[in-house]
Amino acid sequence: MSTITHTSVQPVTRTPVRRRRSRRPWGYTALGALILAVMLFPVYWMVNVSLQPANTAVSTPWFPTRLNFDGYATALSQQGANLLTSLVVAMGSVVFSLLVASPAAYALAHVNARWVGPVLFGILISQMVPGIVVANALYSAYNDLGLLNSIPGLILADSTAGIPFAILILRAFMGNIPSSVIEAARVDGAGRVRAFVSIVLPMSRNALITAGLFTFLFTWSDFLFALTLTTTEDVRPVTLGLYQYLGAHVSDWNAVMATATLASVPALVLLLVAQRYIATGVTGGAVK
Amino acid sequence: MAEAVRRAVRAMDGAPVAARQAAPNSRAPAGGTPGKRSSWRSERGRLHQSHLLFLLPALAYMVAFFGYPVVKNVVMGFQHYTTATFYTGRAPWVGFANYTAVVSSDVFDKALLNTVLFTVGSIAGQFLTGLAIALFFRRRFPLNGVMRSLLLLPWLVPLIVSSAVWRWILDQDNGVLNRFLGDLHLVQDRPGWLTSTSLALIAVIMVNIWIGIPFNVAILYGGLQDIPEELYEAAALDGATGWRAFRHVTWPLLRPVVSVVLVLGVVYTVKVLDVILGLTNGGPANATQTIASQSYQLSFQQFDFGQGAALGNILIVISLVFAVLYLRANRRAVEQ
Repeated sequence: MSTITHTSVQPVTRTPVRRRRSRRPWGYTALGALILAVMLFPVYWMVNVSLQPANTAVSTPWFPTRLNFDGYATALSQQGANLLTSLVVAMGSVVFSLLVASPAAYALAHVNARWVGPVLFGILISQMVPGIVVANALYSAYNDLGLLNSIPGLILADSTAGIPFAILILRAFMGNIPSSVIEAARVDGAGRVRAFVSIVLPMSRNALITAGLFTFLFTWSDFLFALTLTTTEDVRPVTLGLYQYLGAHVSDWNAVMATATLASVPALVLLLVAQRYIATGVTGGAVK
Repeated sequence: MAEAVRRAVRAMDGAPVAARQAAPNSRAPAGGTPGKRSSWRSERGRLHQSHLLFLLPALAYMVAFFGYPVVKNVVMGFQHYTTATFYTGRAPWVGFANYTAVVSSDVFDKALLNTVLFTVGSIAGQFLTGLAIALFFRRRFPLNGVMRSLLLLPWLVPLIVSSAVWRWILDQDNGVLNRFLGDLHLVQDRPGWLTSTSLALIAVIMVNIWIGIPFNVAILYGGLQDIPEELYEAAALDGATGWRAFRHVTWPLLRPVVSVVLVLGVVYTVKVLDVILGLTNGGPANATQTIASQSYQLSFQQFDFGQGAALGNILIVISLVFAVLYLRANRRAVEQ
């Protein structure tokens, strides 16, 4: 066995490694670009249609050669308020989710108690509860509490996505903070809350940003609670505004796609901004 | 970003293990000397109590927004709960009438079959394509990292946005897909992707596969990166490269990640609503109606909250059955 590997495998493994490094890479890049082009075509098409003048439905050009912003003008005039609603709800949900999730994550990460396992298991099981079930029950409860068509109502309901996710992410991160650091602060006279606020939270900055960004995105994307827990136009997130475009007979696809593009802006920003925070989060996670 | 998801997934995956470990650990101090034990315990008890306060807001929220809805739904499933209930406050008890009505309706069989086809089709497509792309990105080439992060875009965009875009792409008369296929002379007539009863479900599954691929790539790529390079070198020395390396090195080591991806995929796909409502609203002629979308229709279009709740409960049971099957299969795999 050993003689065979010595004689035959050595040259066989060496050549492909060499070829991979010298000749093939740009070939792979081309193939990767092809995969990317197919996967991102719908996104491109959305932007392309959004920049076309109205009523070019029959033969939308492949490229937006003459940029036309009529779609965006229509979208902003009809959906501007809805975009603002989405923004307020999403930011509210980020604040609320982090306030609720970070102390819980800390407790779950640094206590070795009997209830930690069941609580985590409960969080996992909660992911199996379909949104429609939650909406079904919340509708009547919200009706009694006067939370239908309200921003706080949407913030609370939308946090069903952010809170479990934030707890899991923050717990994984806070578990890496050595107990000795926290104990040192306690020895210096800091109370439990003080130690949490002035030691744990600042050290978890990157995880907090990650959890916050994702919570923002989850809430911004919410459609189900917007659909079921609002009945009037007073409080209407942009996802619902977009859906109602689709319900009517669509004539101006450029306005629809402009709305869709505007609704995708947070995703694009997250992709550009969060990448950095995640990268530092990975290396910064190993506190010594 | 992938790291964030992987962390979350790892945390999720580790939970049952944590549950198993927590129990013996908390009993450990019982072995100490009797004199010390009591003071140790009370100190420990106080420690746990104050940490419980940290947990309290989250616990209250989870009970109110997950626990209460489930309980309420179970109760509503046995009630004649309609819009009138909101005015009169009366919701008469009807026993299993909602369940019999829902299950015996013409739509149910179709919706159940569609749910299964939609879930299995989406998961299979997402996973296989995702794995192929993840394996491809393991190779080193210029712009690899940039491309991988751009690939996440379809997953980050709101689902209803994706649905709107695809609805326009798949449009029968003016959609770009039919234009493209027509230019290549691949189709004779323009297929009504979302309007034909025989094509709509396939089209909806395709769109859902497109949405799910980035998530699968991100997590599977992360799993692949965790496999030590030395193992491949060792395998290559034994003559295992290419497919055999995949079969004997990659796959066994990737299995835990694979099962997490699949179970998360199913749990999330079973309850998908945005995509179906955005693309077809369950039509044409219920061709894309699923249990989730039918539950929505019953509650929020026909305002029969009792029947909607009954169907929602059936959906939870389907999810739970799958989870139990999964956990059992996983345990068996571990024992072997």
